[in-house]
Amino acid sequence: MTPPRRQRRTPAQGTPAQPAAPARKEGEGGNPERLYVVAGPDGERADIDLVTLIVARSPDPPPSATPEQAALLRLCVAPLSVAELSAYLSLPFSVVTVLITELLTAELVQARSPIVRKALPDRSLLEAVMHGLQRL
Amino acid sequence: MDFNGSDTIPGPRAEDQLPHTAQSAVKIVIVGGFGVGKTTMVGSVSEIKPLTTEETMTQAGIGVDDNYGSASKTATTVAMDFGRIRITDELVLYLFGTPGQERFWFLWNGLFEGALGAVVLVDTRRLEVSFDVMGRLEERGVPFVVAVNSFPDAPRYPLADLRTALDLSEMVPIVECDVRRRASSRDVLMTLMRFLHSLAMTGSLA
Repeated sequence: MTPPRRQRRTPAQGTPAQPAAPARKEGEGGNPERLYVVAGPDGERADIDLVTLIVARSPDPPPSATPEQAALLRLCVAPLSVAELSAYLSLPFSVVTVLITELLTAELVQARSPIVRKALPDRSLLEAVMHGLQRL
Repeated sequence: MDFNGSDTIPGPRAEDQLPHTAQSAVKIVIVGGFGVGKTTMVGSVSEIKPLTTEETMTQAGIGVDDNYGSASKTATTVAMDFGRIRITDELVLYLFGTPGQERFWFLWNGLFEGALGAVVLVDTRRLEVSFDVMGRLEERGVPFVVAVNSFPDAPRYPLADLRTALDLSEMVPIVECDVRRRASSRDVLMTLMRFLHSLAMTGSLA
């Protein structure tokens, strides 16, 4: 009995293997925050990934916060990924990104960008992940 | 959801909270057909109870808005299970299990952007379900390993035969696993990490 067969594909021409998501350079210690440019019409979303970590700047939501914003702020007193916020709030990812964009604009939360895979992945990062998995 | 009683929205348990030192996260995606064990794998290695994030997509939401408002507009809810592993006090790893079926591929843009790599989970009873998934990863240049989830009643093929059937290059690791077991799922992730590491050493992203 032989299994069914498939044919290998190659990266699409002209499409970069990795979209140009500028990553923080390793060793640049400094400020881990990405600079968000939030402009344009209402509903515009900041560049937020499923694993961007969100942290409230203050444990107490301001009185001006909407109920949704207040709920989100209370959840991220400690860093929490956008995916987790979406899960706990039972809101779709896209809705949560809009809420976070508003809160970033109001400077009520901080966003910590994920480390993205680059053309040449950082070996020390991969080694750190391997080390962490070995502990499981 | 009614947010007016938002004091009561359950968040992470105290022991599941990330330390304030957590600076950044990385992600790995587990793809495969329906019922192949993605959710089981996420659950067996995650340090938190797996969570689900949803996205509602309409035709308009995927860039076709000419039927906006018409009765034929359809909405699809796509759910993804995910788990989390704390790597260090600064670094967190997230694992996403996502359906491999064609109608969900539009979700992949955001998901694979920046992912370290992927695990393609296959079931030898329905090997062909994973063909297109692998092709999509190859087109996007996302490095992946293949993990064969050993179901008791599934046909057993030598891995070399599977490699040929899946048209995998010699470089791409293929391993057998039992995703119900934490150690086995962790070994699959380790195989992916070692593969990524070797790619980093050779400077290629084949």
